[in-house]
Amino acid sequence: MAKRERALAPPYGGVFVARTTVMDADDVRRATWRMAHEIIERNTDTGEVVIVGLQTGGVWLAQRLAQVVGEVTGHDVGLGTLDVAFYRDDIGLRPVLPEAATNIPLDLTAKTVILVDDVLFTGRTIRAALNALADYGRARAVQLAVMVDRGHRELPIRPDYVGKNLPTRRDEMVDATDTGVIIGDVTAP
Amino acid sequence: MIRGGRIVDPGGSHPADVLIQDGVITSVTATVGSVPAGTVVLDASGCLVTPGLVDLHTHLREPGREEAETVETGSRAAALGGYTAVVAMPNTEPAMDSAAVIRQVQHLGASALCDVHPAGAITVGREGRMLAPMAEMAALGVRIFTDDGSGVQDSRLMRRAMEYASALGVTLAQHCEDASLAGGGHMHEGEWSSRLGLAGQPAEAEELMVMRDLALARLTGAKMHFLHLSTARSLAMIRGAKHSGLAVTAEVAPHHFTLTDECVATYDSVYKVNPPLRTAGDIEAVKEALADGTADAIATDHAPHTAEAKEAPFDQAPPGMLGLETALGLALTELDLPAERVFALMSWQPAAIAGLSAGHGGPVEAGRPANLCVVDPDEMWTVDPSASASRSRNNPYAGRKLRGRVRHTVLHGEPVVIDGEAQR
Amino acid sequence: MTDVRETATGLPGAAIDLAEMAGRHRGHRHLLSIADLGAEGITDVLRLTDSFVEVSRRAIPKVPALRGKTVVSVFFEDSTRTRLSFETAARRLSADVMTFSASSSSLNKGESLKDTVQTIQAMGVDGLVVRHSGSGVPWQVAGWLDGPSVINAGDGWHEHPTQALLDCYTITRKLGLAPEAGLSGRRIAIVGDIRHSRVARSDVLAFTALGAEVTLVAPPTLLPPSLAGWPVSVSHDLDRVLPTLDVVYVLRLQRERMLEALLPSIREYTATYGLTRRRAALLEEDALIMHPGPVNRGVEIAAEVADQPGSVITAQVSNGVAVRMAVLFLLLGSGVDLAVA
Repeated sequence: MAKRERALAPPYGGVFVARTTVMDADDVRRATWRMAHEIIERNTDTGEVVIVGLQTGGVWLAQRLAQVVGEVTGHDVGLGTLDVAFYRDDIGLRPVLPEAATNIPLDLTAKTVILVDDVLFTGRTIRAALNALADYGRARAVQLAVMVDRGHRELPIRPDYVGKNLPTRRDEMVDATDTGVIIGDVTAP
Repeated sequence: MIRGGRIVDPGGSHPADVLIQDGVITSVTATVGSVPAGTVVLDASGCLVTPGLVDLHTHLREPGREEAETVETGSRAAALGGYTAVVAMPNTEPAMDSAAVIRQVQHLGASALCDVHPAGAITVGREGRMLAPMAEMAALGVRIFTDDGSGVQDSRLMRRAMEYASALGVTLAQHCEDASLAGGGHMHEGEWSSRLGLAGQPAEAEELMVMRDLALARLTGAKMHFLHLSTARSLAMIRGAKHSGLAVTAEVAPHHFTLTDECVATYDSVYKVNPPLRTAGDIEAVKEALADGTADAIATDHAPHTAEAKEAPFDQAPPGMLGLETALGLALTELDLPAERVFALMSWQPAAIAGLSAGHGGPVEAGRPANLCVVDPDEMWTVDPSASASRSRNNPYAGRKLRGRVRHTVLHGEPVVIDGEAQR
Repeated sequence: MTDVRETATGLPGAAIDLAEMAGRHRGHRHLLSIADLGAEGITDVLRLTDSFVEVSRRAIPKVPALRGKTVVSVFFEDSTRTRLSFETAARRLSADVMTFSASSSSLNKGESLKDTVQTIQAMGVDGLVVRHSGSGVPWQVAGWLDGPSVINAGDGWHEHPTQALLDCYTITRKLGLAPEAGLSGRRIAIVGDIRHSRVARSDVLAFTALGAEVTLVAPPTLLPPSLAGWPVSVSHDLDRVLPTLDVVYVLRLQRERMLEALLPSIREYTATYGLTRRRAALLEEDALIMHPGPVNRGVEIAAEVADQPGSVITAQVSNGVAVRMAVLFLLLGSGVDLAVA
């Protein structure tokens, strides 16, 4: 998410300048662990759960969550990736390209889908993801997991699992990876 | 009266003023003293005053294709280009293959802005099957016969035409293109046609007919003129024929020393022309032929087509491009020749080939008909197709900068162009 | 342009670098020639095609990416398969699709080509997919229009860029080649009527741009008059070439070529240049057999060879839809033309 914003919002090709480290790698690991347990707690039959990471920022978190859920419950949980480029509402307003092909290996009908992204911001990517998911079957429920909720929502969307609530300014950038969460600014190239 | 210019004519070059009365040059002197009141004075300071240009190869399209050009509009373009006489090609509809059509064109030409001399067709309908009534047309003053637009394919028929023409004292002019080898090609066959996926016509399609007609000219003794030669080997054959004493003449067109087949890469049909634009090597050969006298004339092959006709797919668009208003500028800009040579190639040599020397291309001296062209050899100008006097706009030189422009044109004493403006 | 990945954060690299790709395609409004794309542009389209292959495999193979856009297929020459492929691609992107074919057109009433395409533009369309028997027509059309994208769906003997893209996609994915490797070091022979083939011209440009070694195999009468500037080799001996190949690409032979004295007979052509069963056996086991269709079974390729395991002719057709989705999306939906440096 953050990367996509940076690459394709003005100033194009801007340089990310890190300012503050909000979470370090350990913080991220602990938050991931906690979120995985919340997922298990809320979804008693994890066999019906499919974790779907959004390309490309949410993919690492989806993999971690699936790994932890698998380890704790003792059986594998479904895992997929989703690219929402073709469903965005800003097509024609700025460059929109898929970053990688979607890979959802099973029919989502009657499953509980945990949609995973790194940073939740305006909510528009998640709106697009909900539309995209509908093309893979009628899920029983869709839940949302994000490492960082930075506010500034433009749509009625709310996460179910949050690594950290992080108040930000609109013009700041947030990078959330498995090595940490950094807040910073983008300066013109 | 034309004042302050430098005369350039077959006799050489010298500064002089020219007095004209009743269509005839009355005096050519270093300084004219008092001028009678009411005399029109054309300023020629810094200019060359030459015999009017003569185009051996103009398509005026009338009758039949008046939406592309008429005798009036074409002759206006000619006058603006410095021409006082043009030979009108016979591929009209109907073709100029009878006394009736010749008379019609002569009639239209009587009120034109330059002298219009129709060329007669060699064969009826230019169809290459039966001889057209050449004697009947020659009696009306036609001196050149050609099926231009296509060549006479049948060798026996061409031989007969040459034999028949030799008794009339007329010249046969050939558009050299072996139709079966050309195979309907839309451009020069070679690297670019292969890349662009367009059917090409090989240089040999032209050269085969040059070779044949040289042989037939030798056989029959006919006066042969070769139209718009475009390949290095065609010109080499003409050079050889002239060396061997054969009385043949040849012309080349400005686009064949300025544009190559690479222009077609844009698929702009303005670059479609027949014979097609050739290679850079052919351009060099054409320039060399102009320099060494192998080519006797620069002829425009002015071929107007409507925008609608040219806006077709390249393979369906008709061949041809405008030339009358740009030919002199291109020759002065692109050829590394002294101005006297350029005017020889565009005025007195073509006048001789067309049998027009009595009225055109002659020396600028008292007693001669006042058919003159005043050229500023240093004026820089930019070609603007929309400003053309032609009805058509198929000008491939849009935006090109040229050096040398016609200032005045005088036709039988009448200033038809003054300061680059047509007077009617 | 600074690569956004070169920051302190050490983000994992995305499969496609969006900013770079957007920069490469900036100003690309039309797809007229493979040469417009270059090697990197071709690779971009192939990567994008992966996404659309995935879309095409879904139960509901449709995405809303071109909702509200109108695509017209303007076919002055009949080609049902190419037209259907483009129209399917446009529909799967949720574009509105109109069809204009010469037989139902006002061209019969003497309307000029320019008037026709300007009339179509006036209806408010975003893309014209143009097919014409005259080489260069898409260039002319692009010059006459102001706004819509023009996609060349085959012009005369000249080019057929989306065919070349789907051929590259099929080869790279069937041979399992890494995207950045292109076709480097691969040996491809194009066999048959190169002279009159738009597929061959686009394929030569695309295959060689991606690094393949291309050999043209044809009788001299079916080769272009000049191969100056073509980075290819030529052979008249198919038997010698076949064992060296990764891909043999067989072109369709039109029966009327005999009438132009280009060939003595179809039988003789098949005997010397046809991919018969005996010749197909000379191929390496994992070599691909390709054909742009429609196939003249028994003429340029034997029926059983067209159906044997190495033949990927059907895959070419299905990849064609995904490739055309990628091209339509890139030109009409991706907004790459909006990117500024």
